[in-house]
Order: sequence, then structure tokens, then C-alpha cells
Amino acid sequence: MAAIELRNAVKTFGPITAVDGLNLEVPEGICLGLLGPNGAGKSTTMRLLTGQAIADSGELRVLGHELPGEAKTARGKMGVVPQLDNLDVDVTVEDNLAIFARLYRVPDVGAAVEKALAIARLQERRHDAVDELSGGMRRRLLLARGLVHEPRLVLLDEPTVGLDPQIRTELWTLIGELKARGTTILMSTHYIEEAERLADEVAVMHQGKVISRGRPVELIDEHAGRFTAEVYGPPERLAETRAEAESQGLSVRPAGPAIAIVGSERAENGAIPDDAVTRAASLEDVFVLLTGEEAE
Amino acid sequence: MEATTPVAPPAEERQMRRLEPTAIAGVMSRELANFRTYWKGTTFSSVLEPLVYLLAFGLGLSATLVDEVNGIPYIQFVGTGMVATAVIFSSALPAMFGTFVKHRFQNTYDAILAAPVDVEELVSAEMLWIALRSGTYGCVPLLVTIAFGLDPAPGMLLVPIFCFVTALGFAGFGVTMAATVAKIDQFNYVTALFVTPLFLVAGTFFPIEGLPEGFQIAAQLNPLHQLVELVRGGAFGFEWADIARFAFLVGFAILTWRFAIHQMYKRLID
Repeated sequence: MAAIELRNAVKTFGPITAVDGLNLEVPEGICLGLLGPNGAGKSTTMRLLTGQAIADSGELRVLGHELPGEAKTARGKMGVVPQLDNLDVDVTVEDNLAIFARLYRVPDVGAAVEKALAIARLQERRHDAVDELSGGMRRRLLLARGLVHEPRLVLLDEPTVGLDPQIRTELWTLIGELKARGTTILMSTHYIEEAERLADEVAVMHQGKVISRGRPVELIDEHAGRFTAEVYGPPERLAETRAEAESQGLSVRPAGPAIAIVGSERAENGAIPDDAVTRAASLEDVFVLLTGEEAE
Repeated sequence: MEATTPVAPPAEERQMRRLEPTAIAGVMSRELANFRTYWKGTTFSSVLEPLVYLLAFGLGLSATLVDEVNGIPYIQFVGTGMVATAVIFSSALPAMFGTFVKHRFQNTYDAILAAPVDVEELVSAEMLWIALRSGTYGCVPLLVTIAFGLDPAPGMLLVPIFCFVTALGFAGFGVTMAATVAKIDQFNYVTALFVTPLFLVAGTFFPIEGLPEGFQIAAQLNPLHQLVELVRGGAFGFEWADIARFAFLVGFAILTWRFAIHQMYKRLID
């Protein structure tokens, strides 16, 4: 049984179609990265899965439960780590966890809180109000709160958005530990590095649909080839190089001040200038080629 | 043949139902945890405010203009009426502002609704919590009035229940408003159009019999007026009409409860 099954899910907000015939299946035990630019429909998909948004049409099933009818039962078995910090800031770390242990009907609240404190590495700060914690600690607490009932499935909605690199790395370690325990994870992100590091499989989402899916190496191989050549220079030179590469059927994308010629191993007869910097093709190349958006 | 013992499915396998007490208790435990961080200020103002009103209106007016109303010393008339004031200000306003802030600024409801709690349980828990608090604080003016010479009566033991039921209704009203307004400053309209008139024509400071007939009829539809009459019944003796008054308050609570759920569902579920 797949942990998540979505068939032709559609969700509109007035004239905007946020999720447009989405098909998505997440087998148990994997970490699937939902990668897409802002507005791709990732957060709406997450809300559909928790029953906080109701699909206009389509079939949705989470851990064997039909949504939205059995959404409450499904929510009891899944953990959600939101994009925005919504901890109770005046309340202690311990109480924040205990409240959610009760909401999830955990039989032994005390033991669940201890485990969650250990996950967040906040045993020493248990009696402190959330307001007194650093940004990284708050984020770890938010993650631990979503795990307080040891869910089979965890939804991580942009888990590290807006965090500095050090805190992001801390969070990645915690998510890595969660993966190692065999928990099914659906993680929405628009950070390429996050998806590359953590996800077993990546589904690239654009305009409410999954437009490509596979293991990162497979996606790179399928869409980007082996190498990417980055060419720097004045705009006229870049335009000429782009035209030459495209005439050979190569994909070219902007890469900051340069252009990146993707699949450069297929280039012939000087399409790649001698001073180009050649590197291994990346998931970022795939992302930009598929979505037309700059990666973060 | 061996007898088989029916085995209940594990908690996580059973289908969850509507209005589960554990979900409601869980949401209320969150309120309690937060309340522990600010109870001192709330309690201080809840005790001080009726004291100030009693001193200003009760002592001030009874010393200069009014001796008694319908045979009741004016300070006791105001003191028993102040129960309703305490109830509306400790239920409708926290429900309006608290709900709005938790939804719009703190994203608290997103967190709660990601757990196995639905909108009906969330609203019910919020209303129950506010009503419990308001039911307790609503009794403070009565205790203060006793300190000012009102004789305790057995009927006063029912006052917390009257306050609780009325506060449920006003909590539902406040949640409904919070889920309806687009911006927090629109609460000014709600306060000016509903809260203040209800508070002023409840019969707290003057008997509504002195008002024009239209106002008297309107006052009968004012839950606060019914509460004032019930509290005075508890203090000075009930009458049969008080059963209808209590039924009216129960109806008001049920009506606003369903409205609140309806509006919050529209606001919280896309």
C-alpha cells in the first residue's frame, strides 16, 4: 500500500488552479522531495493531504484513508511540520510538546515528551518558554512536535525555508535520522540542495502538476545528460554561444552572469568555447530546464 | 469451542468520530497552558473592574441620586447587574480578538488542525474554555457585592451556571465575528453596534421598565438582560419566568455555537 495516493487531484481558488490534475504516489518508507518554484502548488498539495483544503475533484488517499472523509483519522497517523513557526511562544518547550501529544491521543504523554525532547536535543531547555530559544532550537522543536506521536508519515512543508545555513544543516541531520528510521517523508522544498541531499526520489512540480519524477541521478541523466558547460563573457558573446548551442539541439539556460549549456558532452564543432567551465550536470540544471525558473 | 473475546482495534486503527472529548480536552489543555502564563493580569483586572464600577456607580449614585430600585438597594442592584458586564467583557471580547490573533497572526489553528482535531472540536473547545473562564470571573462582582452588604442566598449557587451558559453564547458570537471580519480594526463596528448596546440595555445600571416600549421589547431579546434577571433571581428570589430566561440563554449558546463552526469552517478550510 502506498502511503500517499493522489489521482487527478484538482484544487482551484477562484480563477487560479493551484493543483491541476495531480497524480502522485508515495510508497511507504521513502523520502519524496516535492520540488518546485513558488506557486507550483506544493503547499496546497500539503493542505489537501491534511484535509485543510478540500479538492474540487480527484481521489486522495493517505495511509489507506480516503480524503476528505477520513482525513481526521489519517491526520492521527501523520506528523506535519509547517513552513511557518506556529509554536506557543509563551509556553514552555515541554508544554508545547505535551499539548500535541494530547491532541494526538498519545497514551503516555510523559514518555512521548521525553522522546521528542531527545529528538530536538532540548532536554536542558525543557522548562524555558519558546520565546527564549534561538531560531535553530525553535525549528528543532517544531520538527519534534510533529514527531511526538511517532507517525508513520511525516509531511515537511519547506522545512528549512528562511533559515541560515548552519541551522539548515542541523535540520538536515535530524531529517536524515528520521529517514534512517524508515519513516515515510513527503518534503516540499524549493531548495535544490535540500532535495538532492535528503530525497530518495524527487518529483518536480510546476503549475499544479508533477512534470517529472525519479531519483536525482535518474532525473539528471534523463533531462540534463552528463556535463554542463558554463560560459562567461559579454552579452553579445553569450548570445552567439547560445545560438550556436541551440542550433545543435542543446538546452541552454541562464546561470547568473553566465549561460549554462546542459548536456555539453553532445556538443560538436566548437559549440563550447575553450574557456567554458565544465562541471557535472546537476539537479539544478534539471529544475531550471523543466520549470523555466531560477533555482535557489 | 473456545470463547472469543472481542478485541478493540488499536487506537490508531479506529475511525475518529465527531466531537471527541479527547480532542476538545487537548485544545483546552493548550488554552490552560497559555493561561498559566497570563492569569495574574487577567484576574487582577477582573477583580478590580467591578470594584471600580461599584464604587463609581453603586456608592457614587446611591449617595447622591438613587437610593434603591424596585426595593433593592442601588449598590446591590448594580452589583448583581455587573455580573452580566463581567461576562460579556470576559467572553465576547477574548473570543473576538483571541480567535482572530490565533488565526491570522500566530497560525495556531493551522497547527491544531494538522492534528486529529476538526473545526467543530476546535470551536467547541475554544468556546468551552472561554465560558469556563468567564463563568468564574463573572461571579467576582457578586462576591464583591456581598462584601458590600448583599446577603448570600442559596440561589446564588446557580449564578456560575448562568454565567457559563451566557458566556458560551457570547464566546460563539465572538468566534463568529472573528471568522467574519476581514481586518482586526473592524471589531470597532462590532463593539459599537452590538457589544456596547447589549451592555447598556441589559438592566445593569437602570431598570429597563423605564425605557420606551420598543427598547423594552428589544431588551427581552438581549441575552445579557436575561442573565441580569437570573442573577437577581438568584440573589433576591426566582420567579417562574426564569426557566424561560434560562432556556433562552441555552438557545442563544446553541445558535452561536453552530454559527461559529460554520464561519470558522469557511475561514479555516480552503
